[in-house]
Amino acid sequence: MAMQTSSGDSTAALRAVAARHETLLLAILVISLAALATQSDRFLTGENILNQGRLMAEVALVALPMTFIIITAGIDLSVGSVLGLSAIVLGVSWKNLGLPLELAMVVAVLTGTAAGFANGWFITRIKVPPLIMTLATLALFRGLAEGISQARSVRGYPEWFFMLGQGEVLGVPTQLWILVVAIAVSWVVLSRTTFGRSLYAIGHNETAARFSGIPVDRYKLAIYTYSGFMAGLAGVIFVSRVSTTRSDMGTGLELDVIAAVVLGGTSIFGGVGTITGTVIGFVLIQLLKNGLAITGVKGDATIVVIGTVLILSILITNFVQRRRGGDT
Amino acid sequence: MSLSMPIAAAPHPLAALKRLLGTQEAVLLLAIILLFVVVGLINPRFVSDRNLQSIFLGNAYIAVAAIGMSMVIISGNIDISVGSLIGVLATISGSLAVNGFPILVCWLVPLVVGALVTGFMGLLVAYVRIPAIVVSLGMLSILKGGLISVTAGAWITDLPEGFHLSQMKPLGLPMPIYFMVFLTLGAAFWMRYSATGRAIYAVGGNAEAARLSGISRERTIMTVFLIHGVFVGIASVLFATQLSIIQSTVPPNLELTIITASVVGGVSILGGTGTVIGSTFAAILLAAIGSSLIFVNISPYWLRAVQGVLILLTVLADLFRRRRQAGGR
Repeated sequence: MAMQTSSGDSTAALRAVAARHETLLLAILVISLAALATQSDRFLTGENILNQGRLMAEVALVALPMTFIIITAGIDLSVGSVLGLSAIVLGVSWKNLGLPLELAMVVAVLTGTAAGFANGWFITRIKVPPLIMTLATLALFRGLAEGISQARSVRGYPEWFFMLGQGEVLGVPTQLWILVVAIAVSWVVLSRTTFGRSLYAIGHNETAARFSGIPVDRYKLAIYTYSGFMAGLAGVIFVSRVSTTRSDMGTGLELDVIAAVVLGGTSIFGGVGTITGTVIGFVLIQLLKNGLAITGVKGDATIVVIGTVLILSILITNFVQRRRGGDT
Repeated sequence: MSLSMPIAAAPHPLAALKRLLGTQEAVLLLAIILLFVVVGLINPRFVSDRNLQSIFLGNAYIAVAAIGMSMVIISGNIDISVGSLIGVLATISGSLAVNGFPILVCWLVPLVVGALVTGFMGLLVAYVRIPAIVVSLGMLSILKGGLISVTAGAWITDLPEGFHLSQMKPLGLPMPIYFMVFLTLGAAFWMRYSATGRAIYAVGGNAEAARLSGISRERTIMTVFLIHGVFVGIASVLFATQLSIIQSTVPPNLELTIITASVVGGVSILGGTGTVIGSTFAAILLAAIGSSLIFVNISPYWLRAVQGVLILLTVLADLFRRRRQAGGR
């Protein structure tokens, strides 16, 4: 019991730090929103915001488990490839194997989940470092997607299938509902359950967490599997949004996802991070992309801005923390 | 311990051979030889002069870039912006050339710019202590976005006479081979015998112990990133001068190929171990595997899956070997 209070104290202190970063991000978000809104009247419209939400959903869904993983000082570089593999499995099992599309969707999400489980199994049982395990499967899963499909695309999905990626429920894009539920669940799990709090302990000091009776391996296996599940789900949504299946889908997704999570204040060293931060992170990235595009900045230049914002936000947080540390 | 001592003191010739064969370099070399023999028997055209040249010539720049990458990883860091940087530097080199700058300038400027970019990253990693994966992630976006928005992906053509370093053949051998061999040997020698070279292993292996023994973590990491930049610069020039056009885009998945070469070469992603000879062998092996698929009638679309399995196998072999060394005797 005494242990729990002391870890409660330290997480409270950490939360204060994380909160600082989130405040800073929120400020950046509001300022850039205001600045972009004055540049174009097409930017701050309900329709545009909802549409941006649609475009953001895949990255956002995967960013939630990625937050869990990075909090435990792990990483999952394979998410883009898992997405691609699930998309291909969806297309191939429906078109080539003749499964009903509903079943193919389930198979696709299960494939993603199994891929995530494989990552987690090797990381926890064989003790392969996460960076290298998921680097290997980044190549492997993409390779399977390319090999299985022979780089041929699958089209001609029935109309009802597009409901998921292109349709609306109560005036809001379908995938945004899924995203909202996923955010809520992830937020509750991370901040209100023993499981979630244990992830911080693992990220801080894995050995200590093990000795204090946390089933570290089981928890890690769970979050990598969750990551695979989300990437699989995002894959199905992606296919539904763009009406086609290609083996290069989700290429580079891991970078967008990690950028959003890190921008959101989750420390790559583990032990620090929140779902709120991650949500601000991916919203900020999407709105910057869109806002800049609307005001006439070319798509490629917006990547430059995102890279700069990523480095700057960490520099500033770092600077603020260091000055605070110097004062006391 | 008592059992291992006499073995170390009086090496049985077989034991010595066994230890040599146990190194990652030897395994890779055997794998390369085996691959060439087996695929060569299945399809003799695989070992034809032309195909061998295309394997070595077209991939020497990857081996050169993997040298710098190996140093970065051994020091406990990583650089995922390397593919974008090569794209940018190759474009700079080509642009200077078509604008009439002296050839030597076109070859040397990428080295300087490369060192400036990686030096900036090194600064953030070493002194501001931002993790290298985050810094290079940001840099990747900046370089990639910057390159495409400046060039719009336009090809650089009409490169001047004498610019094509990679197509030169002193003493009948293509220039990139010389670069690959001499840079690998030079770097391997430097890593093994110089104080700074040893310091890289120390910092990557145990930063705190390194600090206590008087090694400056900051200066070592800074040095590693600067050298890495020069190697990336050289790789970019080799890349830029091998064809008659420069595409001025970021070659897809290049950073993954380079990091894979380092890792398969035996560089532990945890830092502290590995050699650049291994990474060069691995770069050759990866290139040869890529080329061999076509010759044994396997669709090239399976290439990436094969690479993934290869990384996984290397890492697993490494882990089991270490575990046996730690727990065995």
